Parts: sequence; C-alpha cells; structure tokens
Amino acid sequence: MLSRTADNIFWMSRYIERAESTARLIQMGQRMAILPGPIHREEWRSVLRVSGSDSLVEEERSVDEADIVRLLLLDSNNPSSIRSCLLRARSNGRAVRTALTQDMWEALNDDWRRLETLDVAGARRNLAGLLDWVKTRASTFRGAVETGQLRNEGHDFLRIGGALERAEMTLRLLDVKYYVLLPETAVVGGVRDHYQWTSVLHALSAARAYHHVYGGADYSPWRIADLLVLNPQFPRSVSYCFGQIGWHLDRLGHAHGQRTAAHDTAATMLSDLRDRENGEIFEEGLHEFVQNALVVTNRLSREIAKAYHFD
Amino acid sequence: MVFYELTDQSGAIRQCYAEIQRWIDEVGIDGLNIRLKEAETIFRRIGITFAVYGEGGDPERLIPFDLLPRVFSAAEWRALDRGIRQRARALNAFLYDVYHRGEIIRAGLIPAELVYQNRAFEPEMIGFDPPGRVYSHIVGIDIIRTGEGSFQVLEDNCRTPSGVSYMLENREIMQRMFPQLFASNRVAPVDSYPNDLLASLKEVAPAGAGNDPTVVVLTPGAFNSAYYEHSFLADLMGVELVEPMDLYVDDDKVWMKTTYGPERVDVIYRRIDDDFIDPLTFRPDSMLGIPGLFGAYRAGGVTLCSAPGAGIADDKAIYLFVPEMIRFYLSETPILQNVQTWRCALPDERAYVLDHLDQLVAKEVHGSGGYGMLIGPKSTRAQIAAYADRIRANPSDFIAQPTLELSTAPVLGQTGIVGRHVDFRPYCLVGKQMRLVPGGLTRVALTEGSLVVNSSQGGGVKDTWILDE
Repeated sequence: MLSRTADNIFWMSRYIERAESTARLIQMGQRMAILPGPIHREEWRSVLRVSGSDSLVEEERSVDEADIVRLLLLDSNNPSSIRSCLLRARSNGRAVRTALTQDMWEALNDDWRRLETLDVAGARRNLAGLLDWVKTRASTFRGAVETGQLRNEGHDFLRIGGALERAEMTLRLLDVKYYVLLPETAVVGGVRDHYQWTSVLHALSAARAYHHVYGGADYSPWRIADLLVLNPQFPRSVSYCFGQIGWHLDRLGHAHGQRTAAHDTAATMLSDLRDRENGEIFEEGLHEFVQNALVVTNRLSREIAKAYHFD
Repeated sequence: MVFYELTDQSGAIRQCYAEIQRWIDEVGIDGLNIRLKEAETIFRRIGITFAVYGEGGDPERLIPFDLLPRVFSAAEWRALDRGIRQRARALNAFLYDVYHRGEIIRAGLIPAELVYQNRAFEPEMIGFDPPGRVYSHIVGIDIIRTGEGSFQVLEDNCRTPSGVSYMLENREIMQRMFPQLFASNRVAPVDSYPNDLLASLKEVAPAGAGNDPTVVVLTPGAFNSAYYEHSFLADLMGVELVEPMDLYVDDDKVWMKTTYGPERVDVIYRRIDDDFIDPLTFRPDSMLGIPGLFGAYRAGGVTLCSAPGAGIADDKAIYLFVPEMIRFYLSETPILQNVQTWRCALPDERAYVLDHLDQLVAKEVHGSGGYGMLIGPKSTRAQIAAYADRIRANPSDFIAQPTLELSTAPVLGQTGIVGRHVDFRPYCLVGKQMRLVPGGLTRVALTEGSLVVNSSQGGGVKDTWILDE
C-alpha cells in the first residue's frame, strides 16, 4: 500500500472518531450544565479544555453553550471543531478514494456540507439532532467498514487510528473531572460530584455497561475509572483500545516481517494496564495517570507513522 | 434541416428508439422527472462530480444527467467502429513518423512548420521508440452526426481524453434504476472497459518488466476536476492511484513509496500534462513533476501513457490532415469524414473567415474544453469584431468551421420530450492490439438551441446504447 494512503486512512479514521467524541463531549457538557448551581459555571470551560480549545475564550470570561456551539461544532478555523474534523476526514478519504469501499465513501460524503450553512442560533435550536447526526455519521461509517472493507493493511491502519483516537478521548474525558472545580460549598462525593461522574459515563454510553459490570452498585469514581481505563471488555476503555491497537499492529508486523518501536510501545502500555490495580490509579493521581497515558498515545502515533514510512 | 434522432421527418419514431418511446409513454413525463431526481441523489452520494475552473460556487458540482438513452443501431455502430479504429491507427502512425523520418512531411502532404514549430511537438521525443510504437494509448474521438448515415469527426483527443467514467456510471445507474428497460432491449455491454484498459496498458510495459507489470494511474491530486474519474479507473483496474509525491526515480527506474518500502512501477497511465511530469526535462518551475521521469522513460525503465508529445496529433491545425494520414499510412479511404475547416494561417482562407465570421465557429488551435471559441451566429457584433482582431494578431492560432447542424436527441424536459444537440466520444484503446467497447460518452447541450456540449460549459451527459442485432 502507498505510504500516503496509509497516512490518509489512519487520519481519516482518527478524525471521524474525533468528530464523534466531540459530539459526545458537548452532550456531556449540556448534561452537566443543566444541574442547578452557582452562577460561576466551570462545566463549559472544562469541555473547552478537554478539546484543546481553551485558549479560544479569554480566561476571565465564562464560557456558555453558544460559545461551545460556535467553537466546537461550527468553527472551520478551529481544527478541533466537529465541522473541521468531518471535513478533514472527508478530504483524507477523497485523497485515497480507491482505498475506500463505495459505502464507506458514501458515509463520508452524504450531506457533507450540512454544517456549512448553519449559524449558532440555528444550530442551537436543533443541537440534539445535530449531535446525533454526527454520531450517526460515525456509526454508519464504522458499519460500512465492518461488512465491506477488505481485511488488508488499510483495515489495520484504519482500526489503529480509530482505537488510538478513542483511547485518547476517553482519557481526556476522565480528565474533565480534574478541571471542573467543585464549588467550595460542595464536598467530594456530594451530589454535584456524583452527577459529574455519571455525566462522564453517559458521554461514553457507558451507564448501562457500568450496571452490568458492577452488579448494580452505586456510582463511584473508583469504579467508573476502573471501567473506563482497565476493563478489557468495554470498547471505549483505554485497555480495550490498546488491545485493539496491539492486535492490528501485530497483524501488520507479521505481514511486514518486522516489529518496530510502535509494537514495543503498544505492548508495554497494554501489559502496564493489565497489571494495574484500580486503586493504584487513584494513589498515583488520576490526572497524572491521564497525562502520562496521553504522552504515550502521542508517541505511539508518531512511531507508527515512522514505521510505515508516512512520517 | 436538423437531424432528430427520435423521429423521422414524418414524425414517426425511428426503429432503434421504439422501446424507449414505449417506456416514455408507460412511465409518463412526471414519472420520469421523479426518477430523474432519484438518479441525481444517487450521483451525488456516489460523489461523481466535476469542478469547473474559475466559476466559483459549488466546487464539486454534478454533471447534469439526462434519463433518456441515446441509441445507435448495430449497423450504425459497425461503420463507426471501423472508422474509429482506422483513425486511431493513422494517428499513432503519424506520431511515430513525425518523431522519426517525417515521411509525410517529405512527401509534401503536411507543411513542416505546422509540425516542427508547433508548441505540441516535443523535440525530446525525436528518435525514441516507445514500446509497441504506441504514443496515444487512449484515443478519444469526438464525433457529430449531421444526418441519417452521416457522421463527422469534430476533433481527436490523443493525450488524456476524459469522460469515460461517465460512460460507465451512466450505464450503471440506468441498469440499477431501470432493469426492465434492459430486459426489453439488447444493449451491448460496456463494462469490460476497465479490463480492456488494463490489458492495453500491460501490453506496452517495457521489455524488462516481466509477466505481470505494475501499472499505476498518476493523478495531479484530489483537487483536479477529473479526480473522480482517476480514482474510479484505478479502482476498477485494481491498481494504485498515485500522486507525483508518491513516485521517485532512481537509476532510471521508477519507484513508488509504500508501507513496505519502495516498489517498482512499470507503466504509468498519467493524467497529468506533459509540462508537469518532469521538472528536469519540461518545466523547471513545476511543483508537480517527478524529477528524472522522462530520463527513465527514454532509458526504457518505465512506459508513459500517453507518450510525451502525443499532443501534436490532436492539435487543431493538424486535425485538418488526418484524412491525408489515413491515405498515406494505411492506404485506405477515410471512413469518417472531417468537418470542413479553414486555416487562418493561410491568407486566402483567413480572408474568407474574417468575411464570414458571423456564420462560422472559430476556435483556438491549442484550446480545449470549449474555451476561447466564437460561435458566429450566436455572438454580438462587438464580440465578433473583438475576435477578428485576435485572429488578425495571431492568425496561425486559429481555425474556423461552418456552423454545423448537429443532430438532436430526445431529452427529458419538465413538461415533455425535447430535442437537444448532442455529440459522441468513443474511447479507442491501443496496446499490442486495438480494443473498442461498443459505446462512448454522449454529451448534450441542455440549453435550447445551444451547440456547446462541453461539461465545463454546462453540458450534460446521457447513457449511450449500441443495440445488438
């Protein structure tokens, strides 16, 4: 496969995931923001931080939903916005049109200019519908991959890109809790804290999974972190995503007859996650754990590009 | 009197359109218009689009598609088929000749300066023998109809004729939407085209390439207006679609960069102009090219399709002499006629053209895509005067032809069936053998009375049927 094709597939897959993750992030912000509370709300600010767009609104100003819709949904100048991600996924796909099936391309191409004509007010009127539409785009694309794409190298690069991005977003969402400062009157483990944690679960469609895994136990930050980081069965957990990355890297390694630095990084991360007890993450500090894991995902992305000649 | 392909002068439906007419009556105009909307939705989802340079607006707009197939009888096609193959052979023989001994010029049949001083003539190609002596591997011949059995060639396209993807997709859509229509008509299939193309390209691989040469399609990139077609053809042939940055030359061999490291390339079906393939040989300022590509080609390390310099054969000033080429190289009588053409380079003919510009179609010799032409009868006096000044300033850059009575084909309108002018472009493949699928692209000028069918000027396309006997 052309190295440029591998590059485009890898990033196409990442951008689709990122668009969906950002939609989920906004939904989480909405859920957190409707909780009654003091005027100074940090929820939307934290959403902006997670997406890496913090600097777009001055520190002194409080962030509201209109800002989020403008910056994270519609703004074509913000590379992290949903619109940018969908456009980039499509242009990556268009550049390697022959590596996609007809259905995959149609999923990228269908109604691709929808966000172009919307203004903030218009988008807010139908925000829930738009965010669902974004998630549906990603699901349709994945569905087309599932039943149509050849299980060749291109598939491996696509899965690796997707899993890497998903792991990264789960990590970032976990970190929201670090940035959302509880009001001084609230206590850790209080109603607001509890509600924020469950919002993270909802954003990742993990609420039901939580009940199944923990047998109807109450929500607790420890268990939520366990599910989202260490659980090997939950498909958005960091552990599951790295399992996928490792599996597809191994396939590539066999085909190419060569293990690379990327293989070592993925294997080390995976065994580290498997050996870890949940309590350790909190002892070490969730924020520190997340920051370290994000460094690893970034490095891995670079190592993969280098190994397959698209750096 | 314009030849209407649906009905004869008495208004009776022509034989080959009988089933189409039955279908129109059955579904009704409103019904057909509803189906047309469905077809457009499919086209847009598939992403068959065409960008028009410098027009702004939708960067990836659709080419308008007309639902009613254009039909040729088996007998009509037999004559066309022979004429097209004949022409493709003569054009390649001419290309070999002008880059070798120039016999046709020595024989006094074509003026030397018209060839050797032509911008499309490529001195770097002199004395070089491309594999199989093929220069133009895909010859697209634009044919118009002016009467019952009378077909004429409007121009030849020897470099990278585009549009074949529409031939294939139009058929695909029609078969998907109207399977019953194909059950009641015996339409010759066109879907072997990609296989034929690949076979032709493999046949011209360099001598050392082995049994299974590696073929690639070279595109300028996703922003090229014909990118859809490039990717479509690569896809159907199952070969890589490469951009210049994916290729490099080492030791007169061409390599593409893959996830496994470098892989050897034997045949390049390039959809990039000569000027932009190799900055070392052609344009040093080109950002597009692959340095050293031409050297690798001349050293026999790779085959370029079409060959650099093939454009000399489809130059509008050379077009005039294609019937001569057929007689000279093949010792045959031309089956397809040229359209009468005046060369503004010649004083007598120039004088005639300037006197009759309001009745003629004048064209730039090197232009394409319907740009830079003047349709006399449809132009204002000011436009004609301005064009005449351009001709006087650079006479050898212009030719003129009579305003032709292009045939019209039935087109679906909002309230009924209307006649619109059409032309036809078949694609003849030349490798060790010659291949021609029974079909081609019919372009249609959708505006009433308009003669410009180019997709870059708002023309549309139709499925084209060759009926089996």
